[in-house]
Order: sequence, then structure tokens, then C-alpha cells
Amino acid sequence: MNAPFISADAYFTDVMREIGALPMPERTQLSRRSILKIGVAGGAGLVLAFQIGGAGKAMAAAPPVKGEFVPNAFLRVAPSGRILIYSKSPEIGQGIKTAFPLIIAEELDAAWTDVDIEQAPINPAVYGRQSAGGSRSIPQSWDQLRQAGAAARAMLVSAAAKDLRVPVSELTTADSEVIHQASGRKIGYGDLAIKAAAQPVPDVKALKLKTRDQYKLIGRSFGGVDNAGIVTGKPLYGIDLKIPGMVYATYTKCPAVGGKVASANLDAIKKLPGVKDAFVLEGNGLVAELMPGVAILADSTWAAFRAKSALQVKWDESDASKDSWSATVAKAKDLAGRNGNEEIVKTGDFDGAYKGAVKKVEAFYSYPFVAHATMEPMNCTAHFKGDSAEIWAGTQTPERILSSTAKMLGLAENKVTVHQIRAGGGFGRRLVNDYAAEAIAISKQAGGIPVKLTWTREDDMAHDFFRPGGFHSFKAGLDANGKMVALSDHFITFTADGKAPVTGGNIPKEEFPFPMMTDAVLTQTMLPLMTPTGAWRAPRSNTNAFAFQSFLHEVSAAAGRDHVEFLLELLGEARWLVPGNDGALNTGRAAGVIKLAAEKAGWGRSLPKGRGLGMAFYFSHAGHFAETAEVSVDANNKVTVHKVIVVGDIGPIINMSSSINQTEGAVIDGISTMNLELSIEKGRIGEGNFDEYPIMRITGIPEVETHFIQSEYAPTGLGEPALPPVAPAVANAVFMATGKRIRQMPFFKALSTQASA
Amino acid sequence: MITLTVNGRAVEVDDSDPSTPLLWVLRDTLDLVGTKYGCGVGQCGACTVHINNVPMRSCSTPISAAAGQRITTIEGLAKDDGTLTAVQKAWIDLDVAQCGYCQAGQIMTATALLRKNPKPTDEQINTAMFGNLCRCGTYIRIKQAINAASESIAKGGVA
Repeated sequence: MNAPFISADAYFTDVMREIGALPMPERTQLSRRSILKIGVAGGAGLVLAFQIGGAGKAMAAAPPVKGEFVPNAFLRVAPSGRILIYSKSPEIGQGIKTAFPLIIAEELDAAWTDVDIEQAPINPAVYGRQSAGGSRSIPQSWDQLRQAGAAARAMLVSAAAKDLRVPVSELTTADSEVIHQASGRKIGYGDLAIKAAAQPVPDVKALKLKTRDQYKLIGRSFGGVDNAGIVTGKPLYGIDLKIPGMVYATYTKCPAVGGKVASANLDAIKKLPGVKDAFVLEGNGLVAELMPGVAILADSTWAAFRAKSALQVKWDESDASKDSWSATVAKAKDLAGRNGNEEIVKTGDFDGAYKGAVKKVEAFYSYPFVAHATMEPMNCTAHFKGDSAEIWAGTQTPERILSSTAKMLGLAENKVTVHQIRAGGGFGRRLVNDYAAEAIAISKQAGGIPVKLTWTREDDMAHDFFRPGGFHSFKAGLDANGKMVALSDHFITFTADGKAPVTGGNIPKEEFPFPMMTDAVLTQTMLPLMTPTGAWRAPRSNTNAFAFQSFLHEVSAAAGRDHVEFLLELLGEARWLVPGNDGALNTGRAAGVIKLAAEKAGWGRSLPKGRGLGMAFYFSHAGHFAETAEVSVDANNKVTVHKVIVVGDIGPIINMSSSINQTEGAVIDGISTMNLELSIEKGRIGEGNFDEYPIMRITGIPEVETHFIQSEYAPTGLGEPALPPVAPAVANAVFMATGKRIRQMPFFKALSTQASA
Repeated sequence: MITLTVNGRAVEVDDSDPSTPLLWVLRDTLDLVGTKYGCGVGQCGACTVHINNVPMRSCSTPISAAAGQRITTIEGLAKDDGTLTAVQKAWIDLDVAQCGYCQAGQIMTATALLRKNPKPTDEQINTAMFGNLCRCGTYIRIKQAINAASESIAKGGVA
């Protein structure tokens, strides 16, 4: 098809590659440019040596002041003993601004109370990956950050050895001090700063990193570094920014993506109180950057918002989206019975195995589009200065703002400065920087005045990169022993370019349990879509988990088997699914979390009438998670989730407090979102604000019990993988409680349209 | 001009549009940006301030209605010497925040609750906090922090 504008899919593919968020089989097909960009994260010794090595001083975030020890771009030790650590990636609520410095401080052997933390400047040439996405921050920075801390520690120890005239081998470190045990002498890091700065930078390969039993910080609980600022209302977020000469802006785009401004009452708007200017931007045709719209500039946010409400735009919608969710649902139901025209998995002989099955199970699952709805609406402050540009943004991909702004304005990348600012939520929304492109374009068209663009909540709901809806039509066959011997899924999804599924709407051939099946088929149909989609917390996994893990429970129930035993049989012996790939599913780790979740939940115990216990397992973002939900359902079909038990294996935990918080949040997000939906008609999102998109409130939240199996593997991320099993665990529990099977999100609709079993 | 009393300080603000929401005067005019914009229609609670000790949505309170009233924002909770309230301390001790954007509003609502009812039941906490959304889902810790603050107040802490 010939789209009149370019969807965000290519942008997402690029970003996901760069941040290492693609699953391993896809990640191996990296372009050379991507490899160079993520070289550090991949552990390329040379690049790393360059960053924490001799050139480090030249690459410091700011030039050293007198007497300061600045071994590399990640930290600096002042003669006072204060240690400043730069956290290189954006804080969006995932806790990375605390976790990254903890890793550095651990290897530095610093006392946490001596540490101050700042966000690093955006400079991927120095820091490598500076994004937040795909739960990849920890795994991709683990070696780099540990080596940055260890290199600094080695230099401090060398300096102390000279000072004390003892061999390095007689020295130890603890709490920001070098200690000579034999003589009882100690020197603080601050006192060593000047001399350490004169020490040669050690060879990365020679650095001795701590073993896990030596950790003093990693694995314990630490409060978020911005907590004090948060509880006292300090200006921490992008929306709080004020710079000299700044004006306040709004931007109004066509509610159906792709619409252009035919006319607008700009003269009337310009006369409104507080309004300084109003004009049309043509856009550059990229949904991920700049679509057409009307900018209003005013002397306060309120003056801009008030004027926006008086704005009347006549949209030319000839090329705009006409998407309709209701029409899509009807079409998908129509297609459900047949196979899709594209084969993703074909192994053995599904038809033969299904024909020979003793028992057959068929089911149709669906889920709608949902929004990210971060609490802080999209906003950005930008200043176009003619031959340079400066941008302040809460974003998940600051280095992308750097490159895209440079390209858009025709500037060299070193003429663009990007400041990363704490973001009031990400969930994947802030992987796209459309709001930043709008802000800088408005600043430019306004003649180079600094502009703070703030989206209204309604803008934010209307112009998201939504989680796509989708449909699965399943068939499974059981043999006489209750073993699943045939499996098929016709996956109905969307495409923007007619070639590949939209972002967040795909299914990999490794989807569990296809690799375990002898006779299986997975086909796909792609329906055309213009509505922008994107990465919504655990993209594709959050919906595929619901469909697959619920259907697997349908199968085990039809077989009359215990679901835990059924899952463990499917997983089989302990092995890596893709040998040599530690980002892949490990059936031993999977079995481990399932068994522990079952044990903690008292799996198999008898429950009071009306109560049910459900279990779901899912592997995503290198994390293995099993979750149980205990629910009850009242006479009005209202589901109460009493307790959720989460067992995860993501290797060692960095910060226990934020990890538990993140897990509890994922559970509540999962329960919240299983009851949400967006309507799309005539290309427009039907919901405008929180009254129409009721994310979960404090009432009805479950008890959440979190357990981590801290296995010996390198740590992986936690922003996403705890979420996907929540919805199927609840759906399976509802079945156990009532005999009613939920095959549709939002759950409340599925139950209200179902008669009692 | 009208006079607003914010955190004990009287300030003159432009009232040429008396329907201007208090939220935007706090944020854009008085640089008190701890009070947050989330929805603009009183649905999310991120903009909660105290007006005469009652938690109110500043996004839906016109300055004409706020004039002459005692307004307290998140910046005005701690004492002048920086001593935090029991609620603020509990929010730090329990490490409540994830993204943190909604927490000023949560803290203002929780503070008003505990000043009126220092030992709330779970039900009373739910009722009081119902209007404050947290997209990160920190509700479990919000409840824990309210209970911790309640205990601290029972031992002489200041709400």
C-alpha cells in the first residue's frame, strides 16, 4: 500500500535494535552501524577500554576542578571525599538513576552516603547506550559500569600504595577508604584524589571484579535518589522547566492521523489574551516526528490551553486514517476459522495430528488497543538558536533526539545539546520523541525563541503510539493420555506497510510452546492499519501471554490435568531453548519459577466456593516469571483479585526495594490494563481523559508477594517481564472460581456477556 | 490583582481572567511546580493542594475561589528549617515513588486525611485516596506509608 505518511514502525525497529530490545534471534541480524553503537554494551573490550581508559579524562562529563580525581566519564572524587556518580540513562520510574550508581559504587567500594548522583550529559560516543527500553539497561550496562568503578578503585589503591610505601597486594578497600590492615592505617578516597589522578589507567582486562559474595550494596534495599526532591515538590520533571525568555506552547494535530490543516481561525486565536503567536506547521510526514498541526504560543500554559479550546481547525482528511475497531473485530471473527496466508511456524503434520486427537479444544481470543497514559503528559522545552539547538526532555531515547533533531534542522550532531530529565512515566511511550520534534520545530518557526510545549491530557490520549489490539484463533488436540499433540494459532494482527506487522503486534516463531511441539502450525493475517502503534510495556508479550497462557490452561483443563504438572511436562528437561543464547528461554529456570510459585501459593489446596487460584508463566525480556492469582467473583461478575504471588528469575537483584516496587507496579498495571480498551472509529480515538479511560485506583488492589530466584546468571531487566503473566493468571483463576473462561480483554466485558457455566 | 495566601505568604496575582485555575498560577506564576498537571478535569489528583486544610483539585479551582483562602502546596508542608512531616518521611522510608509524578498529590491527600483522622482504617484510606491516580501502581506502598505515618503520629510525629 502507499501510505501518505510514514508510520513509526521503521523508527521502532531501529530503536529496538539500537537498545538491544529485540529478542536474540532477531538481534543477531544487526547492522554494522548498530553494532558500533552498542559495542560497549556488547562488551567490546576496545571501546570500553577507550571509555574508561586513558581517554577518559578528556571525556569527563565536565572538566575536573583542582584536586579532583576524574578517572572516567562515570565518576569524580572531590578532595572533600564526596563522590559524584553520573547515571547515564533516563529515569522514567524504573529506578535506574539509583541502580546504575549502585553498581559503580559497589566496585568502587564507596560508602553510599558519600555518593551524589547526577544524570550524565547525552553523548553516546562516551557513554554508549543511553536509552531506557526493552528492560535492557541493566544487562547492557552491567560490565561497563562495574569496570568503570573497578578502574577508579584500582587507581585509588595504587595511589595509596605509593603513599604508604606498601605493595598493592597488602591493601583493601571499604566505605570509601583504602585500608592497610597490617599497620591499621587508612586513607580516605578524598585524600587520595590528587595522587590517584596521576596514576596510570589500568587495563580493563586486568581489572578484578568482585564476586557476588563480596557485594556490600548490590542486592540490598536503597531508596530512590530523588525521593527527597519528590516529597518536597522540587522541579524534577520536564514539565517543571522554566528557562529565560521561554513562551508556552500547545500543538493541535488532526484527531485522525494523517489529516492536514485546511484552514484554522488563526487570526481570532492571535487576538485572545496572553496569546503571542499562532501558526501552522506542515510536518515532515513522519508519524514518529512531526505531523501537521497548529501551534499556539502564549505567556502561560493556561493562556495557551484556553486559546487551544477556542481553536477551530478544518482538517483535510483525504489521506487520513479511517480505521475502525468495530469493523476490524467483525473482520477478525470472519477470518478466525481459516488459516492465515502467512506461515510463521510449521512443524510436523498439524492436520494429521489434530484429526487423530482424542479430544479437541478450540478458542478465539481478542484484545483491544490501549494507551500508555503516563501521568506526566508529553512535553518538551526546546530552543532553536540558528546554528545550534538545545532540548530538555523527559524521554526514553535521548540520543535519538540528538540524531533526529540534527537531521531535521540540518545541523551537525555536536550542535545539538539534549538534557535528559526525569520523566513522569514511560512504559514505552517516550521511546518516540514526536513531542520533542514538535517543540524544536515550533521554536524554529517562532523565530528562535525558547518554547515549552505541553500536551493536554486529551492530546496525550489522542496521539499515542498505542498497544495494538489483536486476535488469536487456537486449536489444540489431546491424545488419550491428555498430552497436547497438536497446536495451531491463526494470529490476526495489523500492518502499516503491508510487509511486516505493526510495532507491538507481532509473534515470534519461538513463542512458547511452539518450540516444544512436534505437530504445530502458526499462521498470520495482517489487516491494514494507520493508527500509530508502539512499544507498550512488554510489547507483544503482554498480549500474547494473555492469549497463550489462557489457552494452555483451557487445554490442561480439557485434559483434566493439573496445570502446573501440564506446564512442567511441556517445558521438558532443563535446557536453553536457543543453545548459546543466554537471552533465550531456559526451561530449567522456567520450571524453577513455576515450582516455587506453586509452592508459595499452596497450589492444590482446597479453596472456599467462589474462589479460584490461577497460574501463568511467561518468558520475556530475558526474565522468567510465574505468577499465581487468587480471585473471587461475585454475583454481578465483579472480579476481586485477593492475592498475586510473583516468582521471577532475572539473576541477581541490584536494588531490592525498587525491584519489589517495580514488581508490585507491574501486577497492578496488569490488572488495570486487562479492563481497559480504546474505541477507534473514523481514525479517531474515542477516549479523551481519565473519566473515559479508568486506570486502576487504590481500591481493589491485591496483596502482592514477590520472590526472586537470584540465579547465577548475569542480571537482566525488570521493567517489563513481571507484567505479561498477570492477566492470564487472573483469567485462569476466574475459570477455577466460576467455570467461566475469559477470552477477551477487557475482562469485565467478557464476563458480562457470558452466562453462568 | 487579587491576593492569594500560599504557604503562609501573601502574593498578588493578575486576575484579569478570574477563571484561571489555581494550578497554573502556582506553577507558571509562582514557580511552585511541585503541584502537577495530570488531567485538567479533577480526575487524577496530581494537582491536589490544601485550601483551608481541605484537599482540593487546583486544576478545577479558579483563582477567584481561592482568593482570601489559606492555600498550602507540597512545598509548604515541611517546616522552614527543612524538617519533613511524618507523611513525607514515611514516603521516603517506604521508598514509595516510582516515576514520582503523582506523589505530591498523593502526599497532600494523605496529609489531609491523617490530620483529620490520625488512625484511618483500610476502608477510610481507600475512600480518601480514591481520587489520586498512580499509573506506576505504587498503591501498595502508598498504603504502607500512610499506616507508617499514622504510627509515627501516634508517637508524637507531625502530620
